[in-house]
Amino acid sequence: MHSAIEGIGLGPYLSIGAILLVLGVFGIFVNRKNVIIILMSIELILLSANINFVAFSAATGDLSGQVMTLFVLTIAAAESAIGLAIVTVYFRNRGSIEVDDITMMKG
Amino acid sequence: MNWTLALPEIVLALSGLVILLAGVMQRRGQAFFSCAMMTLLALVVTGILVVFSPDGTGYNHIFINDGFARFMKVLSLTGAALSVVLSVGYAREMEIDKFEFPVLIAFSTLGTMIMASSGNLMTLFVGLELSSLSIYILCAFARDRVTAAEAGLKYFVLGSLASGLLLYGISLAYGFAGTMEYAGLQQAVRGSAVLPAGLMVGIVFVLVGLCFKLSMVPFHMWTPDVYQGAPTSVTAYMAGAPKIAAFAVLLRVMAGPFGSMTPQWQLLIEIVSAASMVFGSLAAIPQGNIKRLMAYSSIGHMGYAMIGMAAGTAEGTRGTLVYLVTYLFMNVGAFAGIVAMRRKGHAVSRISDLSGLGRTDPGMALAMAVFMFSMAGAPPLAGFFGKLMVFYAAINAHLYGLAAIGIISSVIGAYYYIRIVKIMFFDAAAPALDRSPVSVSFVSVGMGLVTTFFVVGLGPVATAAQAAASALFR
Repeated sequence: MHSAIEGIGLGPYLSIGAILLVLGVFGIFVNRKNVIIILMSIELILLSANINFVAFSAATGDLSGQVMTLFVLTIAAAESAIGLAIVTVYFRNRGSIEVDDITMMKG
Repeated sequence: MNWTLALPEIVLALSGLVILLAGVMQRRGQAFFSCAMMTLLALVVTGILVVFSPDGTGYNHIFINDGFARFMKVLSLTGAALSVVLSVGYAREMEIDKFEFPVLIAFSTLGTMIMASSGNLMTLFVGLELSSLSIYILCAFARDRVTAAEAGLKYFVLGSLASGLLLYGISLAYGFAGTMEYAGLQQAVRGSAVLPAGLMVGIVFVLVGLCFKLSMVPFHMWTPDVYQGAPTSVTAYMAGAPKIAAFAVLLRVMAGPFGSMTPQWQLLIEIVSAASMVFGSLAAIPQGNIKRLMAYSSIGHMGYAMIGMAAGTAEGTRGTLVYLVTYLFMNVGAFAGIVAMRRKGHAVSRISDLSGLGRTDPGMALAMAVFMFSMAGAPPLAGFFGKLMVFYAAINAHLYGLAAIGIISSVIGAYYYIRIVKIMFFDAAAPALDRSPVSVSFVSVGMGLVTTFFVVGLGPVATAAQAAASALFR
């Protein structure tokens, strides 16, 4: 595991993490179409942090980063289950999951 | 391994599971009341265990129990118990009369307790997610109501974004400090003359995530919509325990690991605090819906509570803690009044629905007036003492500008609080509201008494807050 990091360096891993984070954030704010895409963007953000954790963990030889990754994966699964459930409830009430339609309350 | 440190959390987690089981065993539609009562019992027992729990760190330093953690846990348990009581009265009408409801509140409270005791960024994140995930479900709990579903969806999307940013910040802090433990972070920060940029960015991300949970400006966009759409007793819960826990984490992290770099984050906290106070008082003025008004009011209150944190001293932390106590009581009381706003069996939430309440229901009008004056900061009531202590701490820490902004915005804020009192007592009477059930009146009267006679208990509360604050600044 050390050799992989030593060969490539920490930079590329962190760059991929940062790119995924930016993609996720833009996916939430720029996307005006579909709530499911927002759920996917949220997963991207969590995964970007996971890549960071594993890369740092391998680089420093400290295992707690990889333990954290397992926790994050579990939480991400729970989060998407809850998110899909809420989207289902919303669809049943409104008959649409277009982002532009989520405007019942304003002010 | 000193596992008894986490005994209150273990008891609450197990009783949550047992109540879930008991709910499944009972007949459909009848389980809500008994499960709510059992949850209430579990919360009270946990509270007693918290009060008598020993000091120390356990579980390989990921769990800290000290005076500060106990103070915050008792506060969030109180908030949770009061909102369970509030939800009993109108469970059927609010479409929340399912036994999962009180259990979710118990699990969310468990998350807030873990946050208050966190000694490691990992515990922080797991506790935060346990509390947030439960609240996402609670927001959308009235699942046949489109506003509740929309509130749940909005809170879920923006809340998950905030958790994601927080997690990214944790990953950077972990990478550049080499550890996730608060004690290790503290050493890393103290040891280096110039902080690595990555660690700085990580800290800012963590701050952003927590400010989002606290609904501080500029991360407040979700608050009015979610407060308005969620069932009122859920809103009462959301405005209490989770915010207290987020403050617990912020105070612990900023005073402990990042305490030695106070000058570097102080300006950030000052700006966020000032913006929240000003925005909270200005944006509430045109609101016609009382739940939206309470949302802006809570944005403002979080700003006031943050003044104490910006001071960065033990005295400031004490001010913040006392402010949170007063905020919890007057906020739950005001929400008890809002829960009781029903006409012919339907919930109403326009401010004009309160007009003439002083003639149709003098008791409730009096209680609401007490909460409104207290939130405005009128002297003999609870809210005044919270504000006094944070402003005092700010002036002692030479933050004159922040204290001045706080005083000016609390004067502006007094306008919309007192306008409600004027509508209740001097406007032409609207048709009378329904009689409220005993549980709601109980919370309303109890909180009214606490808010009115807070000065009697100010000594013990301030002493406990002082002890909690000095546990942080050792």
